[in-house]
Amino acid sequence: MTVLQKKPDNPIAHLTAEDIETIGRELDAIRDRVVASRGERDAAYIRRVITTQRRLELGSRAVLLFSLFPPAWVVGTAGLAVAKILENMEIGHNVLHGQWDWMRDPKIHSTTWEWDHVSPADQWKHSHNELHHRYTNVVGKDNDLGYGIMRVDEDQPWHPMHLGQPLWNFLNACFFEYGIAAYDLELGKNLQRGRHRDPQFRARAKAVGRKIRRQVLKDYVLHPLLSGPSFLSTLAATFTANLIRNLWSHSVIMCGHFPEGVETFEKRSIEGETRGEWYLRQMLGSANISGSRLLHLMTGNLSFQIEHHLFPDLPSNRYQEIAPEVRALFDRYGLRYTTGSLPRQVFSAWRKVFRLSLPNRTPAAASPADPSPADDRPARVLAPSLGG
Amino acid sequence: MTTTVPASRAKRSVRGGLLRLAAAVTTPLLPEDYLDLVAPLRSADLRGRILAVRPETPDAATLVIRPGRGWRGHTPGQYVRLGVDVDGVRQWRAYSVTSAPGRRADPITVTVKAIPDGLVSNHLVRRLRPGTVVQLDQAQGDFVLPEPAPRRVLFLTAGSGITPVMGMLRAGALAGADVVVVHSAPTATDVIFGAELRRLAADGVIRLVERHTDTDGLLGVADLDALVPDHLDRETWACGPVGLLDALEEHWTSRGCADRLHTERFRPTVVTPGEGGTLTFARAAVTVEADGATPILDAGERAGVLMPSGCRMGICFGCVVPLRQGAVRDLRNGQLTTAVPGDGVLVQTCVSAAAGPCDLDL
Repeated sequence: MTVLQKKPDNPIAHLTAEDIETIGRELDAIRDRVVASRGERDAAYIRRVITTQRRLELGSRAVLLFSLFPPAWVVGTAGLAVAKILENMEIGHNVLHGQWDWMRDPKIHSTTWEWDHVSPADQWKHSHNELHHRYTNVVGKDNDLGYGIMRVDEDQPWHPMHLGQPLWNFLNACFFEYGIAAYDLELGKNLQRGRHRDPQFRARAKAVGRKIRRQVLKDYVLHPLLSGPSFLSTLAATFTANLIRNLWSHSVIMCGHFPEGVETFEKRSIEGETRGEWYLRQMLGSANISGSRLLHLMTGNLSFQIEHHLFPDLPSNRYQEIAPEVRALFDRYGLRYTTGSLPRQVFSAWRKVFRLSLPNRTPAAASPADPSPADDRPARVLAPSLGG
Repeated sequence: MTTTVPASRAKRSVRGGLLRLAAAVTTPLLPEDYLDLVAPLRSADLRGRILAVRPETPDAATLVIRPGRGWRGHTPGQYVRLGVDVDGVRQWRAYSVTSAPGRRADPITVTVKAIPDGLVSNHLVRRLRPGTVVQLDQAQGDFVLPEPAPRRVLFLTAGSGITPVMGMLRAGALAGADVVVVHSAPTATDVIFGAELRRLAADGVIRLVERHTDTDGLLGVADLDALVPDHLDRETWACGPVGLLDALEEHWTSRGCADRLHTERFRPTVVTPGEGGTLTFARAAVTVEADGATPILDAGERAGVLMPSGCRMGICFGCVVPLRQGAVRDLRNGQLTTAVPGDGVLVQTCVSAAAGPCDLDL
């Protein structure tokens, strides 16, 4: 991918400004319908998921008290990994998006929720809800594009550091929750610019430190201690469950914006962006994962990344319902609805990580500063008001 | 016995230590979040289980509720805030407790009248099923009998206004007193607790005056002289619609007996719509425009802010929020309240509307 505006085959060149606003209105109508029909069924759904997750976690931790016994280790580790995945993906991520705030239940609310993750909820909400969802796939604005350690778009400048990015990506996958905590803290940028003395940064870093201590104390000290003679095996089990959760959520999240077919956008293109244009950017900047209901649940319905990015605050159980309608809208307007199976999309994202660890080969997209032939096109489709 | 003090302190610190340890084991959740899976009534948040829903009239029902751990009991005449999920959305309303005070674990009752288009009241009367767990708050309110109870009492009620009075009558605090109950309802079958009131009257415990407004017309203040000639000499508790209470207050005040009249209001009277303004809920990161006739509570809820709420009629203070800066107008009387940073003025969001930009601590 390269930023949309420089593509020789601009995928939205055939759309008029009026088309884009019509798409926006159609999406608004879908949203309004879901909002109007939110109710008891949805509330029962999230409460059922939360109850199931808590029972599973409690049960798995109980089984792990006897983790010296190998079958107990396997069952407990698997159960705990699934429980942690559910907690982070279908529950934590979505509750923190405010998808369930409409229930007015203070126990399931974005302002009160804290998750089983080393990044404190309020810092994650800022970097994810406010920044990533607002600036989705805008090169230079959306730090989720490579998390600041990788190059996942031809238009991101190459640096020799990127030669190691397959390794960075693998390490990030293994310790993903710590990666996210550092990312939410903008650790690299803040340290580089000598902001480590800034009281605001220090307060946030302290909050992360406290959260890490609590998480580590629980997972690697208290539960192993409760296991008595099974101390070491429970410790290994918890580490494994966290590792599985990290690898899984990293894979799912890579599939959301990195696979081939996903578009990126240049900074200037979002100036004066209309609602329709914002929607269009979300449509082209996200990719889905196809699969079973179980897969959708385990990805926290981020397998419906397109629907999630269009409507980040609609209850996750509704994405699947509206997906056919959203897809029909893509078809009607000749837009590409990027989707594929989990292995295919993971492979596609990894291939890009490897490919872009080297400098660009095609001169057309050599560097964002270079004038390219594509610049002569009416490339301001996303912000026509600004002119070319 | 100086040893008892350190002993109990040690016991407390052991208990506190165990609780902290349990919290460290369950972080980021609390131990009670797991306890909720099996024993929701033992939660630190007060809850209750609906044991039964008993129809009283065609549009009123009594809910029998077993309060959870932490319920501190009630005084007859007080109300309790009840939080119930309607269409998946948590709604809070206040209802008078109609049962006599018992032991702490005894069930309590509230009696709900379904009002036309009433979201919560209709749900409670027609759809609530036994076994449901509802949210509760401690009993509150000063619409109660003094101690000792007065010897001559008048209760003036209309519709569901009988509910706090029923709580007082059932408690037996007025045994031996001279009690008159003047109650208005559209027809005889609409009288909530009709059979029980008539039985009390037959037994000579109260004198009951039923006013069936469909046939007799609305009760006027002028009727009181004939119905209860000595009404001004009695300690009077009145509960009913705003129009009735306003008329009663005027009557008692004009006769110089305002101190003998006690009222409980159902709904705020909207007097002066203000000019509105921008509401800022800084912690929720929400900014919303509100007009001068919309309660801040409604505007906040519509914008998705988790607003505390209660009776929605300005009596329970369950909706109180600190106003950091700005001006609000009380919808009941037009009174302006202003705040500058540091004042920490608390405003009742359910009866206050923006009268300029408001910065609320939510």
